[in-house]
Amino acid sequence: MHEMSIATSVLEAVEAEADKHGGAKVTKIGLRIGEWSGVDPEALRFCFEALAAGNQDGGAPAIEIDFRPRQNRCPSCGTVFALKDFEIQCPQCRAEVTEPFSGNELEVAFIELEEP
Amino acid sequence: MTRVEVQQKVLSENERIAKTLRETLVAHGVYCPNFISSPGAGKTLLLERTLALFPRDVRIAVLTGDIQTDNDAQRLARYGFPVRQITTGGACHLDARMVERALDGWQLDSLDYLFIENVGNLVCPSSYDLGENNKIVILSTTEGEDKPLKYPATFSRAGLVILNKVDLLPYVTFDLALAKENVRKVNPNVEILEVSCTTGVGLDAWYAWLERRRAASLQAKPVFGAI
Repeated sequence: MHEMSIATSVLEAVEAEADKHGGAKVTKIGLRIGEWSGVDPEALRFCFEALAAGNQDGGAPAIEIDFRPRQNRCPSCGTVFALKDFEIQCPQCRAEVTEPFSGNELEVAFIELEEP
Repeated sequence: MTRVEVQQKVLSENERIAKTLRETLVAHGVYCPNFISSPGAGKTLLLERTLALFPRDVRIAVLTGDIQTDNDAQRLARYGFPVRQITTGGACHLDARMVERALDGWQLDSLDYLFIENVGNLVCPSSYDLGENNKIVILSTTEGEDKPLKYPATFSRAGLVILNKVDLLPYVTFDLALAKENVRKVNPNVEILEVSCTTGVGLDAWYAWLERRRAASLQAKPVFGAI
């Protein structure tokens, strides 16, 4: 359960970004979270709520989570496919070895700011 | 409403510190494994065995992380090598800044190995790069052989998996072949060592692995100013 540290890191990154835009109020935070990132999206939402509860100015930003499933890419034919039961063989051309494509993401994708 | 594309890793600050740590350790020829397992899988005993039996001219330092107590540091300090406890005070993992702070004042030039024992946890430590050369994940035969499938993020990032407590195999229901199959499902090419820290079985292979990996990392290190 390290979602609280993750949420804190997100807010630090978001604050730094908002400062670049004159400290405008952040209304929404867009996150990209991979299935194998080690972070549970629901636990993370809970932590944002808990952190926002301590806010004096109220109006916590909305959290939008783009959950990325674990996917592999076949270097032979280029097919991107979701991993089921950890089976990494390409479903298209049956190549045995394929490479991780998505699922490790833990990123701030975007923020939305209030108009000045 | 203004939308600003950020596209930044959440742990970019941790990664920045980890990168600096890694460069510093490599520059000083220090090989650094990060030991990860659930509580009780045998991280501390493996380190004790390694400190006790590794060739005496090898210079090792240990950072050991726990939520509370310095019990592990006390256990490890008996072997005469420098040991520091990182007490996270609640955090379930070590991060790069904790390691950076703990290294303060140590002469890295005088070290061959820096062992980092993470907090016992198969989830959170996998998200935090500590600047290590390798993550070493320990799975013991008193756990379920499906742990790799339950915690794929951690096992998929391992540079070595140690199956510990193999001396208990006759007394537990642990299926060794299935455990290895499960490890390989999430990390197809990872090396797996079978070890018992109690009887000493497999420890020679473990020491050889460490020496081999350190030698390889020294070779890969760019030598500046060499003629």
